[in-house]
Amino acid sequence: MATKASRSAARLMMAPAVILLLGWMLVPLIMTLWFSFRKYLPLRGGDLGWTGFDNYVRFVSSSAFWPSVQTTLIIVGGVLLITVCFGVLLALLLDQPMWGQGVVRILVIAPFFVMPTVSALVWKNMFMDPTNGLFAHLFKFFGATPISWMSEASLPSIILIVSWQWLPFATLILLTAIQSLDSEQLEAAEMDGAPVLKRFWFIILPHLSRAMTVVILIQTIFLLSIFAEIFVTTGGAFGTRTLSYLIFQRVLESQNVGLGSAGGVYAIILANIVAIFLMRIVGKNLDA
Amino acid sequence: MGRITLDKVTKSFGDVEVIPPLDLTIEDGEFTVFVGPSGCGKSTLLRLIAGLEDTTSGHICIDGNDATNVPPAKRGLAMVFQSYALYPHMSVRKNIAFPLRMAKLPQAEIDKRVEAAASVLNLTDYLDRKPGQLSGGQRQRVAIGRAIVREPAAFLFDEPLSNLDAALRVGMRLEISELHKRLETTMIYVTHDQVEAMTMADKIVVLRAGHIEQVGSPLELYKEPRNLFVAGFIGSPRMNLIEGPEAQKYGCHTLGIRPEHIEVSADKGPWSGVVGVSEHLGSDTFFHIQNTGLAETITVRADGEVGFRHGDRVHLTPREDVMHRFGADGLRMA
Repeated sequence: MATKASRSAARLMMAPAVILLLGWMLVPLIMTLWFSFRKYLPLRGGDLGWTGFDNYVRFVSSSAFWPSVQTTLIIVGGVLLITVCFGVLLALLLDQPMWGQGVVRILVIAPFFVMPTVSALVWKNMFMDPTNGLFAHLFKFFGATPISWMSEASLPSIILIVSWQWLPFATLILLTAIQSLDSEQLEAAEMDGAPVLKRFWFIILPHLSRAMTVVILIQTIFLLSIFAEIFVTTGGAFGTRTLSYLIFQRVLESQNVGLGSAGGVYAIILANIVAIFLMRIVGKNLDA
Repeated sequence: MGRITLDKVTKSFGDVEVIPPLDLTIEDGEFTVFVGPSGCGKSTLLRLIAGLEDTTSGHICIDGNDATNVPPAKRGLAMVFQSYALYPHMSVRKNIAFPLRMAKLPQAEIDKRVEAAASVLNLTDYLDRKPGQLSGGQRQRVAIGRAIVREPAAFLFDEPLSNLDAALRVGMRLEISELHKRLETTMIYVTHDQVEAMTMADKIVVLRAGHIEQVGSPLELYKEPRNLFVAGFIGSPRMNLIEGPEAQKYGCHTLGIRPEHIEVSADKGPWSGVVGVSEHLGSDTFFHIQNTGLAETITVRADGEVGFRHGDRVHLTPREDVMHRFGADGLRMA
């Protein structure tokens, strides 16, 4: 795009896409802001006019607010920790030459193609059911009392399910990063006297830092808004109510659109705070 | 000390034998160059010595100790790779210090040695930069710096200059030679470039398909190539190889004569031909003479001032005292 004419032509041709995307984003955002300042109870009188910051105050002062923020952060942090750690290990493993490599790689990616609702239901009923689940049978086989996963270990269960879904994504990105590592660097380190673990720590891990950053940033965006896994397993009970789930409950279960919209605005703020922290911590890996 | 002995070393990848049984001794302090066309096994041989590849059979001794199954780090050798293999996320200082850190030397000693290496290699101003911010020649020097701080028994160079431009290559060639003179450590250098081999080596090992074709000093190889392959490989431009009745006149199957050992004149000489392409280098001119009836073209070196044109008929006089005679088996005749 060198000349003035081609630049303006480019702008003109990009305009529809930009306008569409902008509308897609701006309309819901403005509607959320609009409703968050209104008292709007669909089944109890409909739109009852402006209320100022009432919704915002009520949403934060609710006893469910801070626990839901905490739950959100625990789930995001836990899933990130598990997927990145195991992703690195799995990627290292899959990078080794082995028989049936192609098939194994496809199998590893498979969980990512399963819909969240389906995978959560499968986990809940097939593995974690306290009487018929595979885990229950396993526990009984060793003579232990089966755990009622969804009520006794609800948060770890959800972290486990979501990690299972996202592990393939992390593995895949980290695997491609490992494959791009120059083997001469590893050989040089070997000659320099670095044993396997030190080669991993000083050469492979720094090489992966950029890919890890990408994994962390993308996963965070999606994990902040997980919903289906909670909806079909605990339904927000047993301390698994995240911020997005709380908003859902305020809007649909309490039928209070204004209050939910105020929560939505808080969710945007929380996402931005997390984003700022993340960019501070890992964002520098994206430079250079 | 770095005397390296290879005893009947072989290497196979699956069914393919890359290195057939091979014996070689590299004396302490010697600058040895492995040279050969690409795919001749010279890099594999270097990697066997380094320990990055396992030998299929045979023994490698370093200073009299069997090192065949010793891991690379314990062999006391340092290697400079073709891609330099610098660690991109570490500063130059950390790159050079890495082997010392791995050896768990005290920090003061590490600093001292890194500073010393940096001043030898003119890297003092760049110690805090990352490899990505350096030019090709500087990266090369960092890679050498990382090798010399370890004070190894021998240095291994794997085509270290092939990523540099021509001018820089000449400069680095001198620097490496000078480093060798100063350190007096054994160096093994792999290259496909016979000019690098000739200019730097104490001893050249010419390899073809894993076989050693000839071992000797640059001048020995130049003056007395053992066979046609070495004759054609060493020397630039290539030696002229003449077969047929003219060779039989000298009592051999193939007659070799270097371009610099043929005189060219306008009127007298036993051979004659027509000037094809001429390459003017200033100091020298290379004429490619066609239609001589001897070989497809005969390359001749003449003084830079000699001014034959394309299509001129010229006469050639070979110097009979420096002719090379080869038998039908390709070996040099006594």
